[in-house]
Amino acid sequence: MDLSALLVPALLSVTAVVGLGKGVNVFDTLTQGAQEGLTILLRILPNLVGLLTAVYMFQASGAMDFLGKLLSPALEAVGIPPETAGLLFIRPVSGSGALAIGSDLMARFGPDSYVGRVAAVMLGSTETTFYTVAVYFGSSGIRRTRHAIPAALVADLTGFVAAAFAVRLFFY
Amino acid sequence: MTLAMAWIWTGMIVLSVIFGLINQTIADVGNAAMEGAAAAVELCISMGGMICLWSGVMAIMGRCGFTDALARLFRPLLCRLMPRACRDKETMAAVSANISCNLLGLGNAATPLGIQAARRMARGCGGVASNELCMLVVLNTASIQLLPTTVAGVRAACGSAAPFEIVPAVWLASVLSVAAGVLAARLLSRVIR
Repeated sequence: MDLSALLVPALLSVTAVVGLGKGVNVFDTLTQGAQEGLTILLRILPNLVGLLTAVYMFQASGAMDFLGKLLSPALEAVGIPPETAGLLFIRPVSGSGALAIGSDLMARFGPDSYVGRVAAVMLGSTETTFYTVAVYFGSSGIRRTRHAIPAALVADLTGFVAAAFAVRLFFY
Repeated sequence: MTLAMAWIWTGMIVLSVIFGLINQTIADVGNAAMEGAAAAVELCISMGGMICLWSGVMAIMGRCGFTDALARLFRPLLCRLMPRACRDKETMAAVSANISCNLLGLGNAATPLGIQAARRMARGCGGVASNELCMLVVLNTASIQLLPTTVAGVRAACGSAAPFEIVPAVWLASVLSVAAGVLAARLLSRVIR
């Protein structure tokens, strides 16, 4: 049996039972949390409208294919599907932008295709690096960030290569 | 940061128009603009239920003390990565709570905790990031989420047969990415002063 099929039902039931056992009003907490989810959605919706418009235009004009072709020798050398080229660029800069490109890849190639899965794993295993760096150093008054950005970009690059590798390892 | 996005967005639109004129796909580009805007709303609606549900489940986990348990579990490892921050009780509490909130995907809770830790770690260093502060930032720029619920939501919205089946692959890629980041931070800290 597929273990990941157990994940959702198990998490839901265990969380509910443990919560109730600890005297947490699980239903109230659930709805409060869901309300916060709604706030997240409201915050990303306007961003997605702007960004998916640009991504769809970029895709329809043939510019995305051009970018993929331009980079495909380098990307294929490290095992990354060239279709995800756009995602690699936007991921460290914008979270909603990456979500826009990633969801477009999943919709076009299918969520259970090789490209769709790699896009999903890339989204799940990397973060919006420049945003995080700006928030942390900005709020703590740091002007010389030293090796933080190069090291964070090494993590991102490794994440991209590892995403393609992990999908091949687990699914093909 | 917002300005960078303005440049990227404008660049994408202008490039689309240029490529559209060269490839004679300009009519498609116009249609795509409208489709894209509609697709954004559709995506949000179809993954909205999942995001709300998991935000709720994560809230219950937080209430159950799951965050504290995770913080205790990771404290020894964090002490090895940041020995100086470890000596200050409050900094360490903020760092480990930051990491465990990140693990649960509670981004809204993780960021203020991380900022609190960063401010304490930046004290008295004259605007130059210490090795340990860089380490904290690298840990936060790498994704260490146990359940990538937003991605699973997008997969479900696109009609995946098993939205969560990518979880083991996400874990493996995350672990490799974090390890590379930590290693790079260690090595580069000696080169970039």
